[in-house]
Amino acid sequence: MARVEVPLLRVEQLQTHFLTQAGVARAVDGVTFEVAPGEVLGLVGESGSGKSVTGFSILGLVDEPGRIVGGRVLFEGENLVAAGEARLRQLRGNRIAMIFQDPMMTLNPVLRIDTQMIEAVRAHRRVDRAEARRRARDALGRVGIPAPEERLSAYPHQFSGGMRQRVAIAIALLNEPRVIIADEPTTALDVTIQAQILYEMQKLCGETGTALIWITHDLAVVSGLADRVCVMYAGRIVESGPVDAVLDRPLHPYTAGLIGSVPSRNRRGARLAQIPGMTPSLFALPSGCAFRARCPNAGEDCAREAPPESVPEVGRTLRCYHPWQAERAS
Amino acid sequence: MSAREAAAAGETGPLLRLEGICKRFVKRLDLAERLAARLGADVKEEVVHAVEDVDLAIEPGEVVGLVGESGCGKSTLGRVVAGIHAASAGRMTYRGKDITDAAGAEAKKSALKIQMIFQDPFASLNPRLKVAEIVGEAPLVHGIVPRAQLAGYVDEVLESVGLDPAYRRRYPHQFSGGQRQRIGIARALAVRPDFLVCDESVAALDVSIQAQVLNLFMDLRERLDLTYLFISHDLGVVEHLSDRVAIMYLGRLVEVAPTAALFAEGANHPYAQALLAEVPRIDSRRRVFKPVEGEIPSPLDPPPGCAFHPRCPHAFARCRAERPLLREVAPGRWSACHLNDQA
Ligand SMILES: Nc1ncnc2c1ncn2[C@@H]1O[C@H](COP(=O)(O)OP(=O)(O)OP(=O)(O)O)[C@@H](O)[C@H]1O
Ligand SMILES: Nc1ncnc2c1ncn2[C@@H]1O[C@H](COP(=O)(O)OP(=O)(O)OP(=O)(O)O)[C@@H](O)[C@H]1O
Ligand code: SF4
Ligand SMILES: [Mg+2]
Ligand SMILES: [Mg+2]
Repeated sequence: MARVEVPLLRVEQLQTHFLTQAGVARAVDGVTFEVAPGEVLGLVGESGSGKSVTGFSILGLVDEPGRIVGGRVLFEGENLVAAGEARLRQLRGNRIAMIFQDPMMTLNPVLRIDTQMIEAVRAHRRVDRAEARRRARDALGRVGIPAPEERLSAYPHQFSGGMRQRVAIAIALLNEPRVIIADEPTTALDVTIQAQILYEMQKLCGETGTALIWITHDLAVVSGLADRVCVMYAGRIVESGPVDAVLDRPLHPYTAGLIGSVPSRNRRGARLAQIPGMTPSLFALPSGCAFRARCPNAGEDCAREAPPESVPEVGRTLRCYHPWQAERAS
Repeated sequence: MSAREAAAAGETGPLLRLEGICKRFVKRLDLAERLAARLGADVKEEVVHAVEDVDLAIEPGEVVGLVGESGCGKSTLGRVVAGIHAASAGRMTYRGKDITDAAGAEAKKSALKIQMIFQDPFASLNPRLKVAEIVGEAPLVHGIVPRAQLAGYVDEVLESVGLDPAYRRRYPHQFSGGQRQRIGIARALAVRPDFLVCDESVAALDVSIQAQVLNLFMDLRERLDLTYLFISHDLGVVEHLSDRVAIMYLGRLVEVAPTAALFAEGANHPYAQALLAEVPRIDSRRRVFKPVEGEIPSPLDPPPGCAFHPRCPHAFARCRAERPLLREVAPGRWSACHLNDQA
């Protein structure tokens, strides 16, 4: 199903590096993707592969010693990498919202929930406190917090882990942004509450055309929610495409290994299939393909040069010399 | 004979026994609210019934999965077990010794042996310490490894959770979310515990590293007879790892069942049934997600009778009036639902 809309957000050849004493960590190294209005893009990948840093980079939230050293982030045509802090502050939490992996990055531990939520509304909207509070209460109800009125006056530490996550989601929903970057937003949520949140998200995308970038390791959520998926490994997108294609016919050996590790694909109690070897340190990436040392398909050519991006099928991208399916078919 | 065989032969009691454990949080009134109350305003102290009347016995070497809705009290129960919160009521024994009073001598002895891996890795790691210090501090203080061997020991523990020892001089904020979670796991493992309370310990890990950590947990169980209370919302993980599953709803256990039977025969309690029905699978594409039906009850004001009745499709008059107790409905299977009396 080809989408014709112009991309709402386009990330082009983004490079974000951490210049540390031990060397340069290329956390994000040439990432390109785009999302259209109403589209849900899943971003999955190895722990430490640069998913969160990609999200931070879009919003200009990379801290020292990190720096965007290359590429562009185009939001409705405007390059945010070149935008000033004042402009970014206008956009953050308003047109583009991020739900952080750690809810305590959103929440201030010493302020009551209502104070924080009312602030978040009034920073961008001219409404009185009563109206802002009403919006806050509605948002809490939508993410399944019981007794939202009473809970508004609580402090973050009085909430369970999943409740804090939901408050962070509620804050992101407050101003009906055009793009939401959700970083592992439902990791601590049970399936019923997760379904409630995903329902609200689907509704939002469908009704208001909000685009979603859903960063997660949970392939089941990606398969249920996303239209397209990008798979990251060591700072690069190694594979991307429509969800059905990527999950049913993975081309990159890393993607295939990832899918093979899902517990429900393994026999109960047996050792889970795991990708051999360890995530390489960003300071000591091997030459050529970063996945080479762990890859069952690797050949000599993989050591020479990092595989360039190819287009194996319409709508799909891949960085690999010896794709999974092709190997098995031959 | 391993501890598990001994337990099977009935020679030892459970490793951990909880009897009637309750934990309530009271939100005290501040000065303005106290004044208002004295002037007749309708402000009351709020009491959160986080954990109510939990009975559970865990055998040596057993893995008990603890699941339930967000906010139902899983972490709170885990914290009580790990001695971080004192129970408001009830009794807790470890190897037959009373450890209810966290300040008591027996509790202090068991404190090192029961370790908790926290749900929120960022809040639980000291931001001013390097990774090597976070992991190495307790083993050194408690004389588990001599100082001369500490560096090698820390590297070994880091590697076992899939972290490159080259990262040992970094601070927590320099790690990704999943890397931080593994630092928390390494810290707990470093003191060689007997009993691990794992609170959503693999939630932030990609499935491949999750597989590595789960395999590690299973190895440790084989090698060291480790016992686990494994809190997770991921039923796929719980099914894979646990011997028994305890299902909680609004502070109480509503069903306890052997894992194999639970997933093969289905759940008995209607909440547990709803939970099992929602499990997302990687094969279900672009699902239409459904909102929660009925009202989600609040632990500030738990409904009378069965706490699940406002959402239960089978609720009848008795459910609204009388609280169902946990009863054995089949060998080893316990459920708290009035429907079981109706047969
Ligand atoms: N302040 C920092 N200094 C040095 N390196 C950093 C810093 N912050 C992040 N990194 C490194 O950048 C890499 C990418 O981190 P990022 O948080 O984006 O990973 P991620 O893909 O979100 O992983 P996870 O799934 O574990 O959250 C990691 O290897 C991390 O160690
Ligand atoms: N320190 C505290 N003060 C007041 N209330 C608290 C405190 N800690 C937890 N609670 C409340 O106790 C209840 C149970 O919380 P708990 O953290 O045990 O839930 P949980 O089952 O672990 O949920 P989750 O799956 O979201 O982590 C919640 O309603 C929470 O708001
Ligand atoms: S490029 Fe080579 S090493 Fe990299 S994933 Fe493909 S086959 Fe494996
Ligand atoms: Mg991350
Ligand atoms: Mg919890």
